[in-house]
Amino acid sequence: MTTASTETATGTTGEGDILAVAREQVLERGEGLSEAQVLEVLRLPAERLTEALALAHDVRMRWCGPDIEVEGIVSLKTGGCPEDCHFCSQSGLFDSPVRAAWLDKDRLVEAAKQTAKTGATEFCIVAAVRGPDEKLMEQIRVGVAAIRAEVDINVACSLGMLTQDQVDRLAAMGVHRYNHNLETARSHFPEVVTTHTWEERWETLQMVRAAGMEVCCGGIVGMGETLEQRAEFAVQLAELEPDEVPMNFLIPNPGTPFAHLEVPQGPDALMTIAAFRLAMPKTVLRFAGGRELTLGDLGAEQGMLGGINAIIVGNYLTNLGRPAEQDLEMLDTLKMPIKALNDTL
Amino acid sequence: MTTTVGTFCSFCGGEAASGDHEHCRARLSLIDPPRYCPECGRRMVVQVDPMGWTARCSRHGETTNAAQR
Ligand code: SF4
Ligand SMILES: [Zn+2]
Ligand SMILES: [Zn+2]
Repeated sequence: MTTASTETATGTTGEGDILAVAREQVLERGEGLSEAQVLEVLRLPAERLTEALALAHDVRMRWCGPDIEVEGIVSLKTGGCPEDCHFCSQSGLFDSPVRAAWLDKDRLVEAAKQTAKTGATEFCIVAAVRGPDEKLMEQIRVGVAAIRAEVDINVACSLGMLTQDQVDRLAAMGVHRYNHNLETARSHFPEVVTTHTWEERWETLQMVRAAGMEVCCGGIVGMGETLEQRAEFAVQLAELEPDEVPMNFLIPNPGTPFAHLEVPQGPDALMTIAAFRLAMPKTVLRFAGGRELTLGDLGAEQGMLGGINAIIVGNYLTNLGRPAEQDLEMLDTLKMPIKALNDTL
Repeated sequence: MTTTVGTFCSFCGGEAASGDHEHCRARLSLIDPPRYCPECGRRMVVQVDPMGWTARCSRHGETTNAAQR
């Protein structure tokens, strides 16, 4: 572990250059960086970004392989959430323009079919709730069964905090993966959410894992966290050992407490991607919301060549993404194969 | 995207003729579906799905881009 060291502006420390250390520790041995080491990467000067991304890409290729996992997501229940996550346009506690809406079963199944057509292997059904009530659980049961009967795709869900009974029922329905983001470092969470705790989220994730569902857990970069907290978050995620980490970049949405925050800068976002990959060499690291604003088209390619090995194609929950075809063309141009369904079972 | 700024701005709901909507237009061209009816400025019920969106004004009915994508 690199702790007190004589850091210089180029990233060289008392224990040697952090990227050289990472090359041996992460690339060769598959051991993720510690919190102090992640922080060193995050503090690297901009001129070393290309090198950091290249190393993160090598790590991804070595420990995850060449395939890119493609996923689509859909909002089953939009808006009106009782929680106060300060980034979220779907909280009913803020003066956000997002109004409540429900998707019916036919449109849900249609969305899964459209997603499968892109070559996606995951389709995630999301609801803006603290946790599911019986009405939502029943809709999920019916919806998951209909999708599994008609569409060749893994079904994932993101329905907030769960009870043990709900975890068991979702697993029994055949839900393949469950998304529940820790969103940010534990030390920063109270600045982002006050209606529930980081620890409550952690508990749901543990139950999901124990029930045999895959764990999908990530967060949002650019919510006023310090670089120290970003490093803290990376290792807290690594400790969870999730199957997938979705990386979002803050979209300052009107009416939310974070509406005034700046959109994260591209180079900062890319260095964060590289650092997260070096903290979690073997995890699926997914490009999620906000990349369009933060990175644009060129930055998206840099991210794909900098440690990312999964993407959400098409639209998000309340925001729009690039057209799916554009992302598929990008993968084609980069000669990155899309992971097939039989590889995921 | 077709629905951007009519009489009312679809992003912020303000009158299109007054104020600066450059930021609004940028958001609408990149990542946001319309949230306010361009004809009357009411908040619309918007459903985003993987390939498109549908927005419904209680007075002026439904617009969608689903067929375009
Ligand atoms: S629990 Fe989910 S939907 Fe509700 S405010 Fe938080 S992030 Fe938004
Ligand atoms: Zn406007
Ligand atoms: Zn109207």
